[in-house]
Amino acid sequence: MITRHRRRNRAVGALLLLTLLVASCGTSEENEDSTAPAPEGPEPREVTLVTHDSFALTPALLEAFTEETGITVNILAGGDAGTALNRAILTAGTPEGDVLFGVDSNLLGRALDAELFVAYESDLLENVPEELRAGPEVTPIDVGDVCLNYDREWFAQEELAPPEELDDLIDPAYEGLTVVLDPATSSPGLAFVLATVAEYGDDGWEQWWEALRDNDVQVESGWTSGYNGAFSGGSAEGDRPIVVSYASSPAAEVFYGDGLTEAPTAVVTSSCYRQVEYAGILAGTTKQDEAEALIDFLLSPEVQADIPTQMWVYPVRTDVELPDVFTEHATAIESPLALPPLKVDELREEIIATWRELVLR
Amino acid sequence: MTRRWWWAAGALPVAFLATFYAWPVTALLERGLRPDGALDLAGVRDTLASPSTRAVVAFTLQQAAASTLLTLFIGLPLAHVLARYRFRGRRLIEAAVIVPFVLPTVVVAAAFVALLGQRGPVQGVTASVFGTPLDLRHSMWAIIAAHAFFNVAVVVRTVSVVWERLDRALPEAAAVLGAGRVRAWLHVELPLLAPAILAASAITFLFSATSFAAVLVLGGPRRATIEVEIWRTATQLLDLGTAATLAVVQLLAVVALVSVTLWLERRTTRVLPISSRAAGSIAVRGRARIWVGCVLGMAALLVGAPLLVMVERSLWTGQGYSLDAWLALRGALRDSVLFVAPGEAILSSLRIAATATFIAVPLGILAALALVHRGSRWREVGLLLPLGTSAVTVGFGMLLAFGSPPLAIRSSPWLVPVAHAVVALPFVVRVVLPLLRAIDPALRDAAAVAGASPAQVLRNVDLPIVGRAAAAAAGFAFAISLGEFGATTFLARAQGATVPLLIERLLGQPGVTNVSQAMALSTVLALMVLVSVLAVQRWRSEASVW
Repeated sequence: MITRHRRRNRAVGALLLLTLLVASCGTSEENEDSTAPAPEGPEPREVTLVTHDSFALTPALLEAFTEETGITVNILAGGDAGTALNRAILTAGTPEGDVLFGVDSNLLGRALDAELFVAYESDLLENVPEELRAGPEVTPIDVGDVCLNYDREWFAQEELAPPEELDDLIDPAYEGLTVVLDPATSSPGLAFVLATVAEYGDDGWEQWWEALRDNDVQVESGWTSGYNGAFSGGSAEGDRPIVVSYASSPAAEVFYGDGLTEAPTAVVTSSCYRQVEYAGILAGTTKQDEAEALIDFLLSPEVQADIPTQMWVYPVRTDVELPDVFTEHATAIESPLALPPLKVDELREEIIATWRELVLR
Repeated sequence: MTRRWWWAAGALPVAFLATFYAWPVTALLERGLRPDGALDLAGVRDTLASPSTRAVVAFTLQQAAASTLLTLFIGLPLAHVLARYRFRGRRLIEAAVIVPFVLPTVVVAAAFVALLGQRGPVQGVTASVFGTPLDLRHSMWAIIAAHAFFNVAVVVRTVSVVWERLDRALPEAAAVLGAGRVRAWLHVELPLLAPAILAASAITFLFSATSFAAVLVLGGPRRATIEVEIWRTATQLLDLGTAATLAVVQLLAVVALVSVTLWLERRTTRVLPISSRAAGSIAVRGRARIWVGCVLGMAALLVGAPLLVMVERSLWTGQGYSLDAWLALRGALRDSVLFVAPGEAILSSLRIAATATFIAVPLGILAALALVHRGSRWREVGLLLPLGTSAVTVGFGMLLAFGSPPLAIRSSPWLVPVAHAVVALPFVVRVVLPLLRAIDPALRDAAAVAGASPAQVLRNVDLPIVGRAAAAAAGFAFAISLGEFGATTFLARAQGATVPLLIERLLGQPGVTNVSQAMALSTVLALMVLVSVLAVQRWRSEASVW
């Protein structure tokens, strides 16, 4: 009896070990990072794109790129925009990849300071407005705005006029209705604070925030806990009808909502802060040609047309058609607020420290 | 066994940790503390002296201690009930307890937000019962409840393994001699369980002290632990100097805590009257019913409520309940490169977890055996360090250390499972060690006298007893890897996305479908774990061989 049990246990134990072994061997096979098999012929060419977690692109477009050029694209995505940039700075000299995508205008100063990039000016830049370009080292790929979003249903129910400008938020009528994001831990949070700096100037912005703090503002650490946790609009759990998010969030609500025909949320257009997102070729790369091809690919009409419903921002090219959900539900921001990247780089830490003192006391 | 053999056995896990833990961490610390070649003492001094650092350290220790106490408060009675009593559904509860441990922290944080939010049950119930809703968001209670939710599994599994093997003769003898039930427990059983309880508490404390998503999301911006500050200064500000200083502070705190725990354990360890076969459990009768009922009820509340909320959110579509999110899991969730199909993500996660377990468990057992036969306190402390180190430190450190020769393995797919194994190995050691230490040396001597060679002694005395703890440790290592998120973000490649990464990407976009799909995927993960743990348990329960 005992012997039979022992034999069976040994067998099962060996089987388990074998399964684990086979499974772990599968890991080395998993190193097939290509999205499509490289075509036969001369040595297969590869290029690595380093980016953040919000990067999105239709796989078919990447496959078409590989077929056309013979270059396979590997994608290394991890963390948010700040993390991705800092990873690149940390590994400068021996970069993880060849192209970095995801440097936004707030981080641009830091990236240029660290001399991360190799200059490249794509021919396709002729379709991109002058004001979006920022020098030969980086190429603009998309542009988006960080704005206050509000819950239309809530305001309709309470019979209160939705906010139309930043000054409304410090009005007693809007007490306890706003959620903002901590600029120290959140990139849209930082953009919103910069918007107030742009709007009220270097001295006025602190007074505005003091007034907002006295008006019972709620602060969340990141976009997810702010939008999905504290905001009452759309899909969310919370009880406050005004939150810092993106100009495209109402359109995203419709797109990802279940059969919605009208956006449940809307945007306070005068509170919007413009952010351009750039890509650049990392210094130290051994694949200059492939990297240039990749940047041209990101600026190609197909990819630019794909960007809106994937990353929920606008393409930089003016000759590309926007999808319906954008033209119908997203508000185009005519005159957003913005600060020059060098100024942002200089003042960012000071602004964040002052903000934390003022608001998080 | 000859000393040389034990030395060699211990060298393997040490070499592993030296290469994949010590080297990356040192690389990062060096970059942070010696940016231009010289030690930046002024920077270090500034960081240490700043009041915000002190506040952060104090809060870290406070919330970790409170979390540990709450976890013990719920976990110990549960361990007792599961170890001693026999009732319907016992196996299911034993298996279900490990589920929270596997869930990615981002999901747990989201589930707790839903639980404590304005439309959640906590506020709803307290409003109807007491008149005013209880808003626990951004409070310490939310954080420690989330930590207890995770770590109950650690306490229950570590302690009940020892408890159910305790020879009943001792407490029974105490009862015969006139001690009341409580006294018998306090004076007889508790001292025998002390090492296991201490081991579980140390692990819980370490996990709570280094927890990230729970603190960031549930604590809100006003509460920061060392871990959150390290993340913020390293990844957002690239202020490696401050990050490195804080990492050193964290390490020192961990060393101090672990040394104290180990000293206490040494003092309380004694030979335990245990067997490799579980002592029989008793049926629930009479007053025991109240006890068992209360304990299970409390556990159901803490562990069950967030899980139920998770399931409920997976079915909610904004206008009503439906299975849409679940059906969507069959294929790719988005036509987008970073959103691999859930099936693929699950396979990736399983493969990585299997590899990590396969590395961590044998190395861990070797380390435990070496420690028992030739241990020193400092080696034990050293082995536990990875548990108390911030994921950012390890992740960034690996990026730095493995970017160039001699070990340029930064882009290797083996790096992620290795990183998971680094975290899991100390865990395996801590779970297996108390049991190994409790083996009566006389047993080994007796075997040797009877003519067994050292290898036979090992196989017939140590290994069977270790067997069950090793299975529990393997389960944990697997679970740790499945839910690991911190270091993976820095090291994973797009097409090798794991389930926690996929969930985090889903939760990062607006729209009901994203939330419900993230919750559905987490529930699938939880169910998979539950089923596999039940299957392993069934196999083990028939293997009561000595």
